[in-house]
Amino acid sequence: MSLAVEIASWALILAGSFFTLVGALGLVRMPDIFTRMHAASVTDTAGAGLLIFGMMLQAGFGLTTLKLLILLGLFLFTGPVVTHALAQTCLHEKIEPLLAEEPAAAD
Amino acid sequence: MSTLVLAWSLTAAQFLLGLAMLCATFRILRGPRAQDRVVGFDTLYVTAMLLLVTFGIGLGTAIYFEAALLIALLGFVGTVALAKFLLRGEVIE
Repeated sequence: MSLAVEIASWALILAGSFFTLVGALGLVRMPDIFTRMHAASVTDTAGAGLLIFGMMLQAGFGLTTLKLLILLGLFLFTGPVVTHALAQTCLHEKIEPLLAEEPAAAD
Repeated sequence: MSTLVLAWSLTAAQFLLGLAMLCATFRILRGPRAQDRVVGFDTLYVTAMLLLVTFGIGLGTAIYFEAALLIALLGFVGTVALAKFLLRGEVIE
């Protein structure tokens, strides 16, 4: 394996774990449920995507890469489905999103 | 040398993923509403699965990836079942 591919794989692995940590920190720091779901989706897309790409470069062609691709495809489908279902339960319980300022009165 | 740097970067990635799991656990324990806890659970299983994949790459065995696939599938089903429970009050009607 050439050195450039190795370096790209290390950078992708480190960047992916960094974005996973960013999403989890957003889960702790964000003020209400909708913004927390927004932060959690960073973990699903950027974090998992970059980490899995880095490991695919490390694994080379083969069955391992296929499994990692299946995993990534699964994430790209399940993340929006989970977020949609949870937002639906929030609307069902009439949880209002936290706004910076009061919305203008509807006329 | 390259294997050394790979091991170093995998260790750093595992450290960051462990911190992310701690943050998700904090949200599960502290979340004011049930939806916050479900979001924390979702992040927790995704992060645990990524940690398992990094272990699989580091050790060079294929069995970890099948475990990761199983965790991803069952975690998705569990999260959707929890959302359905919050929406309707029961999972299977």
